[in-house]
Amino acid sequence: MLCEECRKQEATVHFSQMVNNQKVVMNLCGTCAKRRGFSNPLKNIPFPLSDFLTSMVSESAAKVDGRLTELTCPVCKLSYDTFAKTGRLGCGNCFEAYRQPLADLLRKIHGSNLHRGKRLRGGALVMEPLKEEARLKDELKKAIEAEDFERAAQLRDMVKELQEKLQAVTDV
Amino acid sequence: MFDQMAHKASSWLTAEGDEAAVVLSSRIRLARNIRGFTFPAYADPETRGNIVHFVRSAIDKSKELETGAFVSSDDVTEMQRAFLIERHLISPEFMRDQNASGLYISPDEKIAIMVNEEDHVRIQSMNSGLSLMDTLNHAMRIDDDLANSLEFDYDTDFGFLTSCPTNVGTGLRASILIHLAGLVLTKEIDSVIDHINKLGLVVRGFYGEGTDVWGNLFQISNQTTLGRSELDITESLEKITRQIIEFENKSRDRLLTEARDEIADKIWRAYGILRHARVLTSEEVMNLLSAVRLGAALKILDMVSIATVNKLLILSQPAHLQRYMGVELSPGDRDIARAKLVRDTLAELP
Repeated sequence: MLCEECRKQEATVHFSQMVNNQKVVMNLCGTCAKRRGFSNPLKNIPFPLSDFLTSMVSESAAKVDGRLTELTCPVCKLSYDTFAKTGRLGCGNCFEAYRQPLADLLRKIHGSNLHRGKRLRGGALVMEPLKEEARLKDELKKAIEAEDFERAAQLRDMVKELQEKLQAVTDV
Repeated sequence: MFDQMAHKASSWLTAEGDEAAVVLSSRIRLARNIRGFTFPAYADPETRGNIVHFVRSAIDKSKELETGAFVSSDDVTEMQRAFLIERHLISPEFMRDQNASGLYISPDEKIAIMVNEEDHVRIQSMNSGLSLMDTLNHAMRIDDDLANSLEFDYDTDFGFLTSCPTNVGTGLRASILIHLAGLVLTKEIDSVIDHINKLGLVVRGFYGEGTDVWGNLFQISNQTTLGRSELDITESLEKITRQIIEFENKSRDRLLTEARDEIADKIWRAYGILRHARVLTSEEVMNLLSAVRLGAALKILDMVSIATVNKLLILSQPAHLQRYMGVELSPGDRDIARAKLVRDTLAELP
């Protein structure tokens, strides 16, 4: 039997995989198997979930007819279009930026879009200074862009001071 | 750390605990992200480095995680990574690009925390046998401890926020590793899997050649993570697992009453090959061990314990084998070394 991928070499590696009661058998030559990461049985085998997911994402985007695909998360700059392709969100703020389409998508995936589990507790011991650092860095970037070098120097010192403080906190 | 681990099985595979004749292990995974930071897949190296630093300091402050080791991806070789995958301590994707990620492992290997896998933090808790509730509680305590130092991404409507929409909400994946040799032999496995799927659970196998799933080992886990509480998700997996165990035990009983000699022959032949073979592939060893495991559970074979079979399942895999032998081996040499390891282990038994 020839390799299903390159159709040149003899298939020497035969993989069967269970995905939701469907047995998928692949017959590959050693080279193709290795290239696809099949040489180790525990290595990842492409799972159709991601394809399934991206098709669902595209579907929910298509509903609003092109308008949605222009959405971009203001924090991490990930576009909804990229999310539709990769199936992976970019940051916590994406959930704010794409709240409505995500609410629809989550209902499709989980049959619900309302969390009923554990509530967030604790927090913020380390993270407050970090958020502050991110804010200062952002301001610094803007100051440089606006060529306000006096302000930039000030901000640079503030970031440095905060980083030193942060180091002291996290090194305990 | 790796040298100590190479010669013993993981303590979540000791064949202790409830229903250990059928269920190898119980596992809980929680996905968490840190507020204000890009998720690992899109984060720049600096951000990824910061995340490792923050999570590491949160682990240092945690009482639950007082002992244990933290390794950085920079210090892990490809062989060690394969070793950790075989031990189920990390996912196959983890540390693949060797880029600013980290791993915490508790001394008993029942807790593993991956930093910068698909999410910033992946907490994994594992136990031998069917013990999903204890495993869940352990994971929750660690989650609470880490939440004291880290602010997790959380939304009142959506719950815990994760990179992949399929994990949003509880971020919880509860799973069991189960040995269904009886149902495979009686050919009832397909209808049982169908039944499990209809109940909203996912079934995955250890991959293998031909028609059999390697070693008749299946992983069963919840599919959805949003809209139900952690307790609810975990309890329902436990309930369904008990049902599956009942099916499996019934099929084992039937095999004993209807085909005792044939089953005993299959088991003894498998034992004979393992005890004397000079060359064994990974797949062959898994399938033979499956028969011997069934024999131990049915008390047909009394000289091999289930714990020994579980141990061999892990130690006979390529990276473990090479660490055990202390040299890198070609696949052909591995099959010879594997046969020797199995012979030696079975010969040591009283």
